Amino acid sequence: MRNYKSIFANVDWVIIILYLLLVFIGWINIYAAVYNEEHHSIFDISQRYGKQLLWIVLALILAFIILLMESQFFTSFAFPIYGVVIFSLLAVLLFGVKINGATSWFQIGSFKIQPSEFAKFATVLALSKYLSILNINMKDIKTKLMAVLIIGLPAALILLQNDTGSTLVYAAFIFVLYREGLSGNILLFGILAILVFVLTLIFGPINIIIIASFSFILFYTIIKYNLKATVISLAVFSIFTYLFYSYDMKPNVIYYGIGGALLLLSIYLFVKKEMKDKSTHFLGVLIFVVTCFFIFSIDFTFNKVLKEHQRTRITVLLGEEDKLVEQIEKLKIERDAEGISKEDKQQLRDDIGAKKYSLRELRQGNGWNIKQSLIAIGSGGVTGKGFLEGTQTKFNFVPEQSTDFIFCTIGEEWGFMGTFVLVSIYIALFLRILFIAERQRSIFSRVYGYGVAAILFFHFLINIGMTIGLAPVIGIPLPFISYGGSSLWSFTILLFILVKLDSERLLVLR
Amino acid sequence: MNLSSRKFIVGIIFLVIGLIFIIRLFNVQVLNEKYKLDSESNVVRKIVQYPARGLIYDRNGELLVYNEAAYDLMVIPKQVKEVDTNAFCKLLEIEKEEFREKFKKAKDYSRYKPSTFLKEISSISYANIQEQLFKYPGFYVQTRTLRKYPRNSAAHILGYIGEVNQSTIESKPYYRSGDYIGKSGLEYSYEELLRGTRGVERILVDVHNRKKGSYKGGAEDTMAVTGTILYTTLDIVLQEYGELLMKNKKGSIVAIEPKTGEILSLISAPNYDPNMLVGRAVKKNYPILSKDTLNPLFNRALMAKYPPGSIFKTVQAMIGLQAGVISENTSFACNKSYVGCHNHPSAGSVAASVKMSCNPYYYNVFRRILQQKRVKSIFKDSELGLAIWSKQVKKFGFGQRLETDLPSIKSGYVPDVPFYNKWYGEGRWAFSTIYSLSIGQGELGVIPLQMANLSATIANRGYYYVPHFVKTIDKVDGIPEKFKEKHSIDIDRKYIDIVIDGMYGVVYEPGGTARRARIHDSIVVCGKTGTAQNPHGEDHSVFIAFAPKDNPQIAIAVYVENAGGGGRWAAPIASLMMEKYLTDSIATRNKPKEKIIV
Repeated sequence: MRNYKSIFANVDWVIIILYLLLVFIGWINIYAAVYNEEHHSIFDISQRYGKQLLWIVLALILAFIILLMESQFFTSFAFPIYGVVIFSLLAVLLFGVKINGATSWFQIGSFKIQPSEFAKFATVLALSKYLSILNINMKDIKTKLMAVLIIGLPAALILLQNDTGSTLVYAAFIFVLYREGLSGNILLFGILAILVFVLTLIFGPINIIIIASFSFILFYTIIKYNLKATVISLAVFSIFTYLFYSYDMKPNVIYYGIGGALLLLSIYLFVKKEMKDKSTHFLGVLIFVVTCFFIFSIDFTFNKVLKEHQRTRITVLLGEEDKLVEQIEKLKIERDAEGISKEDKQQLRDDIGAKKYSLRELRQGNGWNIKQSLIAIGSGGVTGKGFLEGTQTKFNFVPEQSTDFIFCTIGEEWGFMGTFVLVSIYIALFLRILFIAERQRSIFSRVYGYGVAAILFFHFLINIGMTIGLAPVIGIPLPFISYGGSSLWSFTILLFILVKLDSERLLVLR
Repeated sequence: MNLSSRKFIVGIIFLVIGLIFIIRLFNVQVLNEKYKLDSESNVVRKIVQYPARGLIYDRNGELLVYNEAAYDLMVIPKQVKEVDTNAFCKLLEIEKEEFREKFKKAKDYSRYKPSTFLKEISSISYANIQEQLFKYPGFYVQTRTLRKYPRNSAAHILGYIGEVNQSTIESKPYYRSGDYIGKSGLEYSYEELLRGTRGVERILVDVHNRKKGSYKGGAEDTMAVTGTILYTTLDIVLQEYGELLMKNKKGSIVAIEPKTGEILSLISAPNYDPNMLVGRAVKKNYPILSKDTLNPLFNRALMAKYPPGSIFKTVQAMIGLQAGVISENTSFACNKSYVGCHNHPSAGSVAASVKMSCNPYYYNVFRRILQQKRVKSIFKDSELGLAIWSKQVKKFGFGQRLETDLPSIKSGYVPDVPFYNKWYGEGRWAFSTIYSLSIGQGELGVIPLQMANLSATIANRGYYYVPHFVKTIDKVDGIPEKFKEKHSIDIDRKYIDIVIDGMYGVVYEPGGTARRARIHDSIVVCGKTGTAQNPHGEDHSVFIAFAPKDNPQIAIAVYVENAGGGGRWAAPIASLMMEKYLTDSIATRNKPKEKIIV
């Protein structure tokens, strides 16, 4: 048995201080978000701020317990812990209670617990354990499949609970797999695909095809080192584009900007590969064709595959309110036109109904939320309105203020100074975790460290991105800050296992 | 490949995302001002405090205009959520179509600013609506006031108020859609005094539009300032009596206190009840009034250009005397070969010519005024004469706008040299062409107010103040300077006295044309009749008068369209008006006169 002194001897104090800072910021901002004149004590246990303090104390106790435990416990029991969590995810589907449409909670008396929160660290543990097995190589197809299975199983079960937000978190593991040897192209293609998807929805397939063609021609001719061909094809293409746009819309900065960005990316991709002429031909054409196909499939996917509310989330994000209004007007004219068959008329009516639903959702639902969220953050200005002075927060204009939209309260009351500091703390935390992960001697600890970073980062990305209108509305908490016991404990466990592993890194034999 | 170097890629991705967030936050929080305004418009509601419009009193402290509470339903389209249109329309007692229309109109005006949805809800429906209103966010009731006219009289003077139109909103930033503004009469002229100043209370509301307190502790709130009280020169009793006398007639009466220029009454017949043009009733009544062939909205006293007829002879006499072309005892035979006349002995003096209203006499007077043989050519001579004459006539306030305090007053017309040069050609007209002017016919155009002003000028023995309605303005010192300025007509008093003697004769001497204008022995009336020839029908009956002869208290002009000779209708009306004003009642022996007229 070791004494207390040695428990804290090798812990990474930077991480612990950043953690305590975030938890404290969370607590006082929950106080501001749900501030109630009648219960103005921040320790009032009947209010969320009082409860959060309780959760914090319990989380600190949990952290302390983790530090007391042997680090071998986690390496040895990684799979059993994973098994228990998978079991509880199954059980919650059968015995759980439904809250906000998701069956993700066990209820015992007034106490609720969400197993999907704990599935995060369990999955990280299991993945770490699997990838640290000797002679495992990411290049093997079997390894890839196994890794995807470990990640996919809890993700699928959580999806069955109807909790899409928490499911998406598992996409973050791509960072872990990348670090462990997954081809970087998959990461790059993923990012590119998302970019093209969004741009196509904003600018329409035709424009994106033109930009893609532009990039392709440039890339292709430059690769061949044929200046003449480059100039000629560019000239032909430019004239074509000019004619196209002059009859419809004028080419603008965005058009050239995106063209340039895609071009740079494709150059990077191919220069890196340094392919021979023949395969360059082939790959160039292939990518072009696939891109075009993808671009056209976006329209199809968006309009036929996605459900109305999912479509709405995306339209909200793209701020396409006016477009929607225009579409409805157009459909109305069609509907009222003479000589339309009964079926067509009914079809048009249905379409109008669906679009109107979207519009309402846009104005009153998610769209309204995002708008109010942006107003709250934007009205904070440089220095903020002051603690407990946020009108958007105080008068409940922002939804879910203490949980998913807690960032609004921070932005409104502390201004850009507050948000800048908070984002910086998070980035510092993530980089510190990466640093710690990289200094581990064991693969297990390194994979685990990356897993922690990836999961925290994904929450940060989506949650803050959502409140400032850069990501769709997906209800996941802001780590250590959002109100809620389950998520706080889960993130605490996740982080402190890493702290524990790190504190004993020197004991691990190479 | 060294997988360890991938830590940099991952680290860079983290950093880039952090940077993107910070740039975005900088944009949203520091660079963009829109959200700050949005946040304010979210929580701050401006509650406009409408001031009560200023009251209007007559010269004796009788209330002429006051305010009555009315309730307007307001709407802020942005805050309106799904409305149960059926129930809402039923509550408001309007049709669905009307609802849509009104809502669209409000939305077109502004999505964020309140506009009036339904005007002047009765107190009974107001109680009903108020109870249900919480179900309809975005709608609220605002109390306003409507103008009320307890005396049902003086519509043309008081004017009416109505909602501001778009062009006013654009040109005068004070006004908002749905505000009321004086559209005519005193309501128009003294708009800025009467309206007061709007107050604004700013309150904080939460997402459910519930009041949460005052904004910045009320530091930016302003109090409404009640409109200023206007005391007019009007004698409402006299006004009402005048309206009674003019019933079923066309024409007007203007009575002025000569020594101040204060208008005691100004009647234009036919008239209308001012309460007809209040609030919602306007929509119904305005078309009726404006389509009426008798044109009750037309203020004849200020806008009708009439030939003055024989009352103008007083002017001719004064100009002739002043110019020295005639003297007190100049006599002209009543030679009807120049110009027609009625049967009377020839006038042997100016006073007698006024008394008998001899047309040939003034034919000669006017000829002498114009043709003084200054040059050889009679054309040139007439031209020189007319130039001097029209300049002198304009000094009486004819042919120019009397800048009184009612809008849309006409200037009338006094022909001058350029006019005839244009009309007939230069050197192609002389006295013989334009002699109709001598007896107040021809191209002369005079509004009744100018006639009354002539009467007041004679009563004052040679000067006038621009006739006006403002007596005192509450909390303001005095009346506008322009009403205190004395206008002289540059005629010697001795000449005016000669004319006044004639005007005395009109009423009291044998052969006088207006013996019906007498009141009783103690009040001496001076007057002059006129019978303005009217090519479109029967002659207009005209009379100007003042009384008492010494220290005159009232000067009056009466113009009755198509009523024949001046002595028949206009003179007794003027007499009754003066009697009413001077003695507060009508003597028994004058009652039959009143009976005939009413």
